[in-house]
Amino acid sequence: MSESRAISVTVNGERGEAEVPVRLTLADFLRHRLELTGTHVGCEHGVCGACTVLLDGRAVRSCLLLAVQANGRQITTVEGLAPESGGLHPLQEALREHHGLQCGFCTPGMLMTLTEFLSENKSPTGAEVREAISGNLCRCTGYHGIVEAALDAARRMRE
Amino acid sequence: MKPPRFEYHDPRTVPEAVALLGRLENARLLAGGQSLMPMLNMRLTAPDHIVDLNAVAGLASIGMEGETLVIGAMTRQRDIELDEQVRSRCPLMHEAILQVGHRATRNRGTLGGSLCHLDPSAELVAVATAMDALIGVEGAKGRREIPFAQFPVGLMTPALREDELVTGARFPLWRKGHGYAFVEFSRRHGDFAIVSAAALLEADAKGRITRAALTLGGIAPAPVRAAEVEKLLTGTKGSQTLFKEAGEACRKLEMMEDVHVTAAYRRQLAAVLARRALEKAHERIARD
Amino acid sequence: MKLVGRAVARLEDEPLLRGEGRFVDDIRLPGMRHAAFVRSPHAHAAIRRIDKAAALALPGVHAVLAREDLLPHLATEVMVVGLPSASYKQDLNRPALAGDEAVHVGQAIAIVVADDRYIAEDAAALVEVDYEPLPAVSDCRAALAPAASKAHRASPHNLLAEFDMAFGDVDAAFGKAAHVFRESLWQHRGGGHSIECRGAVAVHDVAEDRLTLWSSTQMPHAAMRLLCDMLGRDENQVRVVTPDVGGGFGPKLVFYPEDVVTSLAAILLKRPVKWIEDRLEHFVATTQERDQYWDVEVAVDRDARLLGIRGSLIHDHGAYTARGVNLPYNSAENVPLGYELPAYRMSVKVALTNKVPVTPVRGAGHPQGVFVMERLLDRVARELGLDRAEVRRRNLVPAEKMPYKTKLKARGGLTIELDSGDYPKCQADALALAGWDDFPGRKSQALKTGRHIGIGLANFVKGTGRGPFESATVRIGPSGRVHVYSGAAAMGQSTKTMLAQVVAEQLGADLDNVTVTTGDTGAISMGLGGSNSRQTVMAGSSAHVAAVKVREKALKLASYRLEVAERDLEITGRAIRVKGADVKLDLGQAARSVAGTAGYTLPGGMAPGLEATEHVLIDAMAYANGTAVAEVEVDIETGAVRIAKLVFVHDCGRIIHPVIVEGQLLGGIAHGVGNALFEWMRYDENAQPITSTLADYLLVGATEMPPVELGHHESPTPLNPLGVKGVGECGVVPVAAALASAIEDALSPYNVRITRTPITPADLVSLLAEAKR
Repeated sequence: MSESRAISVTVNGERGEAEVPVRLTLADFLRHRLELTGTHVGCEHGVCGACTVLLDGRAVRSCLLLAVQANGRQITTVEGLAPESGGLHPLQEALREHHGLQCGFCTPGMLMTLTEFLSENKSPTGAEVREAISGNLCRCTGYHGIVEAALDAARRMRE
Repeated sequence: MKPPRFEYHDPRTVPEAVALLGRLENARLLAGGQSLMPMLNMRLTAPDHIVDLNAVAGLASIGMEGETLVIGAMTRQRDIELDEQVRSRCPLMHEAILQVGHRATRNRGTLGGSLCHLDPSAELVAVATAMDALIGVEGAKGRREIPFAQFPVGLMTPALREDELVTGARFPLWRKGHGYAFVEFSRRHGDFAIVSAAALLEADAKGRITRAALTLGGIAPAPVRAAEVEKLLTGTKGSQTLFKEAGEACRKLEMMEDVHVTAAYRRQLAAVLARRALEKAHERIARD
Repeated sequence: MKLVGRAVARLEDEPLLRGEGRFVDDIRLPGMRHAAFVRSPHAHAAIRRIDKAAALALPGVHAVLAREDLLPHLATEVMVVGLPSASYKQDLNRPALAGDEAVHVGQAIAIVVADDRYIAEDAAALVEVDYEPLPAVSDCRAALAPAASKAHRASPHNLLAEFDMAFGDVDAAFGKAAHVFRESLWQHRGGGHSIECRGAVAVHDVAEDRLTLWSSTQMPHAAMRLLCDMLGRDENQVRVVTPDVGGGFGPKLVFYPEDVVTSLAAILLKRPVKWIEDRLEHFVATTQERDQYWDVEVAVDRDARLLGIRGSLIHDHGAYTARGVNLPYNSAENVPLGYELPAYRMSVKVALTNKVPVTPVRGAGHPQGVFVMERLLDRVARELGLDRAEVRRRNLVPAEKMPYKTKLKARGGLTIELDSGDYPKCQADALALAGWDDFPGRKSQALKTGRHIGIGLANFVKGTGRGPFESATVRIGPSGRVHVYSGAAAMGQSTKTMLAQVVAEQLGADLDNVTVTTGDTGAISMGLGGSNSRQTVMAGSSAHVAAVKVREKALKLASYRLEVAERDLEITGRAIRVKGADVKLDLGQAARSVAGTAGYTLPGGMAPGLEATEHVLIDAMAYANGTAVAEVEVDIETGAVRIAKLVFVHDCGRIIHPVIVEGQLLGGIAHGVGNALFEWMRYDENAQPITSTLADYLLVGATEMPPVELGHHESPTPLNPLGVKGVGECGVVPVAAALASAIEDALSPYNVRITRTPITPADLVSLLAEAKR
């Protein structure tokens, strides 16, 4: 009874074909089929945000999407953030400088959420940053370092 | 927490979707997935078929037809949030949608999905109640429109036949300059409202309230229009005392009781939020 | 100091930022199979029969193993883990899999192994278990009532343990007291809820007959020993490795049925087996904290000086001993800590319930002890019409009495001695930062506009750096790289960076030249892992001493080889250099010269190798302290509490890395806010969890976290060579008490008393309504 479907997905700029069970979640597809384990699974019911990726540029919870729904679409994961030429994305740099990560498990989700947020709001306030990441739970940092990092990254990206 | 097995269908047109719903047993529609996918992952539901609406053409749109806002069922909540027409002509919906979940859930969540899921606390469901929305439905027997007051027939149960799907909703708009407020109480930012109050007010040149709508969400299986309070307010000038009285009158409404929230607390929130929503709506009435 | 005390870049960051961390679910092995567990849906039930047929018939399923399948392969079927205590009345150790009785919702009954997790869950749902529900014990107080039904059928009763903690003549103290006040307090803390749940990947190498278990654990060495005991293997045949761990917070400091069962499945199936806990499982299968009911009295003299505290504590232990009675012990012990209390008696009863076992979550019982004392002090202040800060000033152990020998004993029997710290100054600084003296004026102004603001404070003292040791090996290899190995376990708290800093300080100050390996029983033979805010103290001290020894040897060797006095040498970068001259001995060359060449003596009569292994023994704990001052605004109509500001002044001894310390405090404060206002692990009267998803169980998000102002004192402890105290849990400890105090202050016009935590808006509305009547 279990169906499979052929899908074509572009992930971090690379297009690939795969045959997937229809019930396979996008998170599991990325992690276990494409071996892009940077996207993490924390709750599988859409609350913690650790699984956040960009779908056609929009932040989405990959645990709440089926892989088949990504057919023909563009996905960006944390592995696609750093520039090909080397170094880190300003958000990654800023998180490092402001101690915005401790165990690192929520970090990819935070990065993807903030990537979308900063692309739309280039001069956010601290309160706006907090609101933007309110759907990403962190159990380690108390969020302060993440907020500082986002504000700093926004500054850098404006320059 | 992995979904159970199901067969997957992704129709391209509404008639295809309708045909599938008519043919398949134990099928569920997948819209934004923000409510259905958690249930699937937790195996709280085990449909044999998932009918994914995300590829159906023509179901996502926001437009005006005269003085009516028309929104397609698969319109993403985030697009509603960003729409300038919605912000200027339907500010209640705009204010409400800012409180729906988080950005990532609004990026996928749809109007139609929220309206059909009929969570007692859902902000968009309360807005539809407040504005007497008209739900556009298409099924094997053709199209029909359901006034929102008749849409919920039980807890999380819409008045839809097995072969029907919601294609959109129409929101008759209030006059330009009307007062509005969507006030909710939740434990954390983005959480479902425990109780919400949506107030809409129109007043004449002398400041007398000519039209009032007060909707309480989260107190009953479906949002409740406090009709008696609306009558109380119409024809009056609106004042702190009056709005306080209106809030207190809401205590008489029937309140749900469950393991998470008592009826007593809902009652308190209803009274307070109703008053606050009315005060805010009244302040926002444009004085020309 | 070149590195210690500075905010150096973290070693951990880059791979984590790139999404190149290696958490347990990221591990892939050829031929790996996936497990799911069949778990009891009942809080208490007899298990009559398990029918695996339908599950086994599902394509893609490789095994369904229940207790009977495992018994022939287990040397012992129970996990004996309880920390020693004379207080136990019963030994209730967890079995690997339930036998004929399930005693909590979520207890593991069987393991299903399949091609993937999806199929494993399908199959788990097809395993038919014939349960006969039995009465469930849900409330730990009711559990101790004479006619209570039993959490375990074969138990005589539900009293797991009881003990008194006492010193001084408490009855005499109460007899002569000017004032006696009584409080009944309910305190609840919830689960760890690290964003990464638990997980295990087990593989058995047949050729070497070696089992390797990757586990998201805080205690790899203890896990290894337990696996050896249970599987009947020796230490050489079992290796436990911690990959990157996405938060631990206490519950991962437990060895679980899933760890041994997954391991055994890998051995029996001759394939690697992976089990990853999902969030629903975390609610019912991972340990948590839960309820404590306190009934306490305080006796004071006319001047609000403490004469005695006495009372009782009933503590919910859950269905089994998964660690010990350390949690209630810590709570009882922490009540008087930091204050001068002449007499004390706390009678503690530890009760069994049909719920998942209780073990420490960040804070480990100390927040509860603080809450009791701080509520009592607020009560004294209110009753005597005194400023709450003043009452504390009169009772805090003053700096001039340090080190202060208390009359308490730590669980190992050592007398608790507060080693260093200036508690009154901490409080004074916190109050100044918070504007305590100006607050009454602001409060009455606010009240005029209908706003209810309040301020509250709480002090804490917490034992850190629990001994007796942590292992560290520092080795310079022929490559010239500095390798550090430790039994410490990292879970996000920057353990590797801390160890690298401490070691590099001695050996060239080049962090890029240091690799740190933690949490691997194959890399170092002994260790106790991460808990009790101990790693900087214990692992740091051992790493420091080892690094100093390696440094001394390197200098001696270079002195010999370069024919230069040791005082003219320094270690910078990757070489030992002559100061002010272009002459050096690379670290790699130094290592090679004591690696030995067959037939040739080692230079200068030195011993082989440029390495040292240390297990610095420290039995006494180093006591960190601090003061939290919270300012809140309460919406009396909805009960909503907004934390306007939290001031936190603390002393964790010498600060190794200021930014990491702040991060630990802020993270701990977030947990404290959660405990105070949000986190409530609720069960019904049948011990069924009511809050079983993250939608119901509320974790603090960025919008709930208040603005925090931190202040630091550094009272180095004499107890270790670095002068450090732990900090990992300190942020949690005083926060619930400070918030309760502030909320009570905000509601002072209504005479509402806060005697519970968490306190929700609905609770406040109820309390206000009651107070009106």
